[in-house]
Amino acid sequence: MSSSLTAEPSAEHEQTNTDTMQDSFDFERNEQHPENGGQMNEPSQEQEQVNMSVAPHSGRPCMQLKGALVPMTVLELNYFELEQFTRDIKAKTSQAPDFFDNLPIVIGLEKFEENGSLPFKQLIEACQEQSIRVVAVRGGSELLQSAAKQAGLGLLPKQKERQTVETAETASPELPEPSENTQAAQQQETPTVQTQVETVEIIKKVIQKEKQISKVVHQPVRSGQQVYAPDGDLIVLASVSAGAEILADGNIHVYGSLRGRALAGVKGDTQARIFCHSMAAELVSIAGQYKISEDIDRSVLGKPTQVYLDKDALRFKEIDL
Amino acid sequence: MAKIIVITSGKGGVGKTTSSASISTGLALKGNKTVVIDFDVGLRNLDLIMNCERRVVYDFVNVINGEATLNQALIKDKQTDNLFILPASQTRDKEALSKEGVEQVLNELAETFDYIICDSPAGIEHGAQMALYFADEAIIVTNPEVSSVRDSDRILGILQSKSRRAELALDPVKEHLLLTRYSPERVENGEMLAVEDVKEILAIKLLGVIPESKAVLTSSNSGVPVIHDQQTDAGKAYDDAVERLMGRERPHRFLTAQKKGFFKRMFKGSATA
Repeated sequence: MSSSLTAEPSAEHEQTNTDTMQDSFDFERNEQHPENGGQMNEPSQEQEQVNMSVAPHSGRPCMQLKGALVPMTVLELNYFELEQFTRDIKAKTSQAPDFFDNLPIVIGLEKFEENGSLPFKQLIEACQEQSIRVVAVRGGSELLQSAAKQAGLGLLPKQKERQTVETAETASPELPEPSENTQAAQQQETPTVQTQVETVEIIKKVIQKEKQISKVVHQPVRSGQQVYAPDGDLIVLASVSAGAEILADGNIHVYGSLRGRALAGVKGDTQARIFCHSMAAELVSIAGQYKISEDIDRSVLGKPTQVYLDKDALRFKEIDL
Repeated sequence: MAKIIVITSGKGGVGKTTSSASISTGLALKGNKTVVIDFDVGLRNLDLIMNCERRVVYDFVNVINGEATLNQALIKDKQTDNLFILPASQTRDKEALSKEGVEQVLNELAETFDYIICDSPAGIEHGAQMALYFADEAIIVTNPEVSSVRDSDRILGILQSKSRRAELALDPVKEHLLLTRYSPERVENGEMLAVEDVKEILAIKLLGVIPESKAVLTSSNSGVPVIHDQQTDAGKAYDDAVERLMGRERPHRFLTAQKKGFFKRMFKGSATA
């Protein structure tokens, strides 16, 4: 993925984000038809971010840079031959014309034949005829990458080693471990089934990830104590006293009264949130944006509350139970 | 097996020593062989409250340093059987309490006593940490006001993290809340935190509520722990607390303003009308 441009000063933040993305979405259907030319993957979850929100002109800065996860379709290229490519891509787009309409696409070059040449201009034009917009290439040799650059495409680093996805038979949730599969088995599958398999896979991975990194505290967090959950969520099954401080790289959940300080997303995760059963915090902070007790929205005091970051402002919202 | 109970609060002047005197007396009156140790080295008070300051020859620090035996330093209470006092040194400071020394003294006491009550100094420094380090149970003395509650919360955190039980990952120290100087009238007027508020903030089990009473000061000055005076509310409340500490059920008393005040006001009102 391209370098993560965020408003956060912390380099670690980028690293964290990147890791999470790769671990969570590190999968790919293996849908190869070696006899085919450049064949097209079904929309596969790819990460990409580059999201510039432009503020209305009211004296505020006219732009800001934010990191975001955007699903992207990757067109994985085995080799390139204009005629066959055009034929294949037409066949694909005709299956779902709406889906491909003005679709941004990344060209995956990990499987591209060694020493093969790739006329990017032809490739881009062939795609454009099907109203597909090529925005970047991923992986590939230095030579290919510099050619892509000249053709005005963005460059993404090579995808890590992926694992193949399990077959439909092994995809039921009670069979958790993905297994290596033969291509033959995969070729039998319909795309719908595979999409479901992927979803299950993603959910499972996310759950596993959270299990590994969440920190659960059963005791009250007392005045003067500090609890930090690095790399994940912090869950406190009691109250957090005034004068105590709880911190997490991820979200914070307090199933009691939050009377102390709570800092979520301390490495800059702007998506982190704070949830508590009763809001009476001295200070809350998400990704460095903070509010002290007297600035906290009066209407949520003593109530079940979630705190999140909306652009650069902390928002307090009562949780309706 | 002796039970080691620390009486602590974080904040000073909330009634740790008064409570130590009454609770240890109460335990002894109920037939338990009890010793109360003054950990407030340099600010020795317990012997005054227990009316034995003129009999102090050797003290806790002397025993730790091997300058006296435990039997030489222990003072037998004249008012109560089964009760002994180990006074603090007035001429030393709290650094004289070494962890090994304290442990040795406690181990020796544990051989003969049922209850070892440790009267902690105020604060969260070395003296207070030594007093709570070996505790099996803790009585947190709190006044119904915010700074006292905050300090109690702090000391609860230290109990959870710096006691021997915490360090060895044994069962945690059993925590009891003792709310002292409670005035139901002032709570009703909104001038004082209610017992429910304190319980909610500290989230520990309530051992007892000692009502504000003139008898407490009188008894401290005269060197007779207030639990001896079972005519007073404070004496009765301490007695209840000791029963609960020994694992018996007792309903909480003295939590509401007394009704006779109403008739008094009526009478007063009609007299002045």
